[in-house]
Formats: sequence, structure tokens, C-alpha cells
Amino acid sequence: MEGTLLFDALREAIDEEMARDPYVCVMGEDVGQYGGSYKVTKGLYEKYGELRVLDTPIAENSFTGMAVGAAMTGLRPIVEGMNMGFLLLAFNQISNNMGMLRYTSGGNFTIPTVVRGPGGVGRQLGAEHSQRLEAYFHAVPGIKIVACSTPTNAKGLMKAAIRDNNPVLFFEHVLLYNLSECLPEGDYVCSLDQADLVREGKDVTILTYSRMRHHCLKAVKQLEADGIDAELIDLISLKPFDMETITRSIAKTHKVIIVEECMKTGGIGAELIALITENCFDELDSRPIRLSSQDIPTPYNGKLENLTIIQPHQIVEVAQQLVRQGI
Amino acid sequence: MSQRTTKASVQTINTPFEAGAHAERLSSLTSAEKASLDREIGLELFRDMTLGRRFEDKCAEMYYRGKMFGFVHLYNGQEAVSTGVIGAMKKKHDWFCSTYRDHVHALSAGVPAREVMSELFGKETGCSKGRGGSMHLFSKEHHLLGGYAFIGEGIPVALGSAFTSRYKRNALGENNSDSVTAAFFGDGTCNNGQFYECLNMAQLWKLPILFVVENNKWAIGMAHHRATSDPEIWRKADSFGMKGEEVDGMDVLAVRGATQRALERARAGEGPTLLECLTYRFRGHSLADPDELRAEEEKKFWAKRDPLKTLEKDLSTNNLVSSDELRAIEKEIDEEVNDSVEYALAAKDPNPEDLTRYIWAEN
Ligand SMILES: Cc1ncc(C[n+]2csc(CCOP(=O)(O)OP(=O)(O)O)c2C)c(N)n1
Ligand SMILES: [Mg+2]
Repeated sequence: MEGTLLFDALREAIDEEMARDPYVCVMGEDVGQYGGSYKVTKGLYEKYGELRVLDTPIAENSFTGMAVGAAMTGLRPIVEGMNMGFLLLAFNQISNNMGMLRYTSGGNFTIPTVVRGPGGVGRQLGAEHSQRLEAYFHAVPGIKIVACSTPTNAKGLMKAAIRDNNPVLFFEHVLLYNLSECLPEGDYVCSLDQADLVREGKDVTILTYSRMRHHCLKAVKQLEADGIDAELIDLISLKPFDMETITRSIAKTHKVIIVEECMKTGGIGAELIALITENCFDELDSRPIRLSSQDIPTPYNGKLENLTIIQPHQIVEVAQQLVRQGI
Repeated sequence: MSQRTTKASVQTINTPFEAGAHAERLSSLTSAEKASLDREIGLELFRDMTLGRRFEDKCAEMYYRGKMFGFVHLYNGQEAVSTGVIGAMKKKHDWFCSTYRDHVHALSAGVPAREVMSELFGKETGCSKGRGGSMHLFSKEHHLLGGYAFIGEGIPVALGSAFTSRYKRNALGENNSDSVTAAFFGDGTCNNGQFYECLNMAQLWKLPILFVVENNKWAIGMAHHRATSDPEIWRKADSFGMKGEEVDGMDVLAVRGATQRALERARAGEGPTLLECLTYRFRGHSLADPDELRAEEEKKFWAKRDPLKTLEKDLSTNNLVSSDELRAIEKEIDEEVNDSVEYALAAKDPNPEDLTRYIWAEN
């Protein structure tokens, strides 16, 4: 069977959900005639028409707010951030209205929306196009945050996000769109709040998400050759965390490394370590370790860019030290 | 400084008109055709405006007696806008979107006074279950999309509700989908990007929406002509190819007439309207505002144009309703407002166990 590219897996998910439910619609910049800047919505405009696949002007805050109003009155919009970084301009609508409105309205309204698009550090895209907003949005109440990492989970998670009645921020990664994989047959969904136990191991728990899953996989292979048996968990859900899976793993390995692409300060790992400390303190044999990006705007220069984000060899070295020397 | 010579952009300082440029603009405004008036409609409009006025007066009293807290923005003086617009629309069919100055819009939309007052008291019986407060009134049942406390953020939400109406009609083939959304906001809000972004999209997609600007000249302490390059907001519609109209916002029949025209266009699929209502608030920006900035001459000018008195005059010169009847209505309304206070006082606070309820759709 032929493999499916990740962006095609996302497109299939959206297509199938739009076919299943006429209230599902897509809006954003260049999602229609152009097919999406990463081709995730290619062909849907032709298939579903200009209202269901709406090309919007470049007005992030307003079209995101429009999605909120549409969701409050019965539609199930999927908003594409052409680049998730542009959603800084929609911070107000995402925070005040998507996230808080259900609560503030005392349950009057629900906001079934998906906000999706490419995030993360690409190849020399410069600081503004290399942002990791999952960390910035992490504190917003009422929003689920999900990061896909393989064609299979991209499709299953997207379908689950569209069917969910809560707002979901759905992070894709610019460098993962061309991953290829054979997808499961038929209509499958992946649970939005369940972490993925990528590899079982007993020596150390590695928690990661999005593109760093693949860096960690490389590291885990090297560690294996070196006699270290690492357990790799892809968080999938960045909010809320699947603490059950995380706790179970730490109870087994007693050591934890978090590998993330966001910056260290106020990052996903910061919150995760706080929770691990609160929940698994007695299980830990050594301090939890965070491998995060530098606290700097991502530089353009390729060498500096590589130094900004975590590389597989750093994961290997830290895991070796942790397991062998218990640092 | 802008050298434009339209009458409205004359600076207050230079205007020979003692009550200021905003007042001068109203004085020289010739309203387009007003709505027709009969006894039944007249009574309905009078009742709604009186409810708005008396409810807000009661809020001031309750606030100073320590029964409600936070920022409370009253609507006194602007009643002709809420009643004129919402009264011309179909309740529980059309949609309404407000700001932090939202009590009266909620009442006009049909949210019971008991539910609004309870919300202001933070009670479980409030329309937002005591979680929202004065600036966040919501009622799905009455198609109130909400009170939005950040400037301009309600406009895109209203646009979304107008989009749903068109989507249902044109993408889902529901031919009876003809709901129109009214978005209310102030003059100061018209300097915010969301306003312009949404005017553009609304006209581009011919969405059934009314942008209702309640130009009361002030954005807290910032006078309108000091904040905007062209004070005639309705003219901004032109740049989008949209229909714009200015109207005497102290005259409920004028507002109603303009709304009826806009509704007809919207329901016919001809798109949005920007309606600028010239009005004035009779109180400070909020109950925390000492209101020291506005000139006495200006306040006097507008007080003489109290929209309730104007309607009463229209009703009596046409011999539609007697003064006794109107006084009787006022009494009834006072009873309704007092009842809402008693109800809210006796109502329960939200259950502390429900503190984290309503975060997720499932609970
Ligand atoms: C984004 C944002 N900035 C500032 C404020 C503070 N603020 C509240 S009301 C107001 C003035 C608004 O004036 P206008 O739009 O004319 O409405 P009005 O109060 O006169 O009804 C300001 C600046 C706010 N609520 N939201
Ligand atoms: Mg104002």
C-alpha cells in the first residue's frame, strides 16, 4: 500500500468530516482557491464551494472572532492560521472569546472550533515564522491544545478535534508535512487527550511532542545501541496533559527528560515539570531535566538556528549521564 | 490637525455652538423617513424604553448601596437606540451583540429583568449564572450573543453569526434562514481595527448584519473629534461600498425607521448597513466615573432631547395615548424592576462546588 503524506492525511480528515457533517467549514487565508499554503485544504474549495471553504482577507483577529460567532450559532469552523505565529494577532479572540466565553456565559454557548496550522522552527525562516505559540497559549482556560507528529495521528487527531465540542488549538509542524506513512483503513479517530507511548523502556522516560518526537526517536536508537532502554512518550495533548500515562511511566523508570522545541522560559516543559514534581516527587530518583530551545528569537543563520533548538546528540548525552551517573 | 471643513469636524473650542460639535451635528441633521407610529407600537416602544431607563436608575441605587460590584456602565440617554433597533427586529430569531454597556440591550432582546438583575448581583439565577457580571450578559435563548468587555471584540463575533445565517441559506439550502445580526458599539470603538476588518468582510460577502454605532461623543474621557480623523462615522461605509446612514439617536422612531430599511436590505440578501446613531449618555462612563470633563452646556442640550420625552410628545400630539396611561406604565415598570431586585436579593449564590463548571462543553 502507498504511503500518505502528513498534509494529505490532514486533508483527508477534513474532507471526510466535511462530507459527514455539513456544518463543518474551513476559513482562513488562501485556504480556498489556492488550496492552503501547505496544501492541507487542496481541492476542498472545488468540492464544497466558497462558503464552506472560505478565503478570508488577511485579518486574523477578526476572522477568528467570526469563527467564534459562527460556532456560537451552530457551525463547526476550522480556522487555518497560515502560520500559527500569525495568530498572535488573534490572541484576543482566542483567549477572551474562544477560551473563556463558555465559562463567562455560564454555559450558554459552546464554541466547537479547531484552529490549526503550521508551527515550530522550520529551515531558516527567521524569528517571526519560527514561533511556538503552544507555550504562549498554554495558560488560556477552556482550550485544548494538541500537537500531531505522524501522518497516522495527524488524521485521527484532526477528526477528533473537529468532532470535539470545545475549541482545539491544533499544531502541525512545518517540517513534518512531507512525512509519509501507511494509514489505517477506514474511519478512525485518535483520542485528543491521550499520550502516545512510542517506545517502551525501563531506564528513563523521555517526554516530547511534535517534531522533537523524531529527534528523540533517533536518540533512542543510539541509546539502545549503547545499552540504554529509554521509554519514549509523545505527549500529543499539551493541554490537558495525560498525567496518567506520564505518572505510570515515571513510576517505572524514576527518571525523566523533557524534550521540547519551545523556549525554556514559560514553556510546555516548565508546566510539565511543575506537575511531575507535584504528582511524582517520591518516584523520582533524580531531578527532572528539560531540554528546550534557547530563550532567544530564532536566528536566520543555519548554524545558529541548529544551536537554538535541541539536537539528537544532546538528548543522547543527557540520557547517558542521567542513567549512568544519575545527574 | 485636520483642516476638513465639514460641519461636524469643527473643533469644540472653535465652534460657535455652545453645546459642542456633536450637538451641532444633531441640530442640523435632517432624519430620513421615520417609522410609522400607531398606538400598539407606541406603547411597546414606550414600555421598552421606560424599562431600560428605570432599570438603570435602579442599578445606580443598588451599586451605591453595595449590592453590585465591578465596573457598571449605564445606558441612560441612549434608550432610543436599543429600543429602536431591537424593537424592529424579530426576537429569538435575529441575533444581538453588545458591549460592556449591555443591560438595556439584554432587556430589549427579551431577557427578563429578573435574570439581568440577578446577574448583576452575581447570583446563580443570572442570565450568565453569576459568572459573567454586568459586562458579560449572555442568553442563548434570547439570541443575545453577549456583552463583550474588550473594545471591538464583539464585532467579529456578530459577523460570525451573520455568516451562519448566510451559510445556512446558501450552503445548506435552508431558504427560511433570514436572520439578521445587530452589533452595537460606540464611537470610540470605530477607531479599532476589528471595526474596519469586519466592515470589509461584511460587505464583501453581503452578510446580513447591522453595525449600530452609538455615537455618544465620548469614549470615557476622549472626545470623539479628538480621536478620529473624520467624525462622521456613517460616511466610512462609503469606502467599503456599503450603505451608511446617520440618524437622530434620541428619536426612537427615526432609529426604528432606519433599522427597518436596513433589515429589508439584509433579508433580501443585499448586505450590511452602517448605522450611526447620534446620541448621548446622561451619566458618567461608568458608575465609577466622576464625570467632570463634560460641559454643562453640552449636558443641557442633550437632556432637552430625552428620548422618552420625545416619544411621549409624539404619542400625545397624535392623540394615541393619554398621559395617564403612560404614568400607569411607568408604575408597572417600577414594580417589575422592584420585583427583579427582590428576586435577585433572595436568589442563591452559585454553588462553590460548581466553581470549575462550564469550562468544558461536557459540563
Ligand atoms: C481593548 C480595550 N481597550 C480599552 C478598554 C477600556 N475602555 C472601556 S470603554 C472605553 C471607551 C469606549 O468608548 P465608546 O466605544 O465610545 O463606547 P461608550 O463607552 O461611549 O459606549 C475604553 C477605552 C477596553 N474595555 N478594551
Ligand atoms: Mg462613546
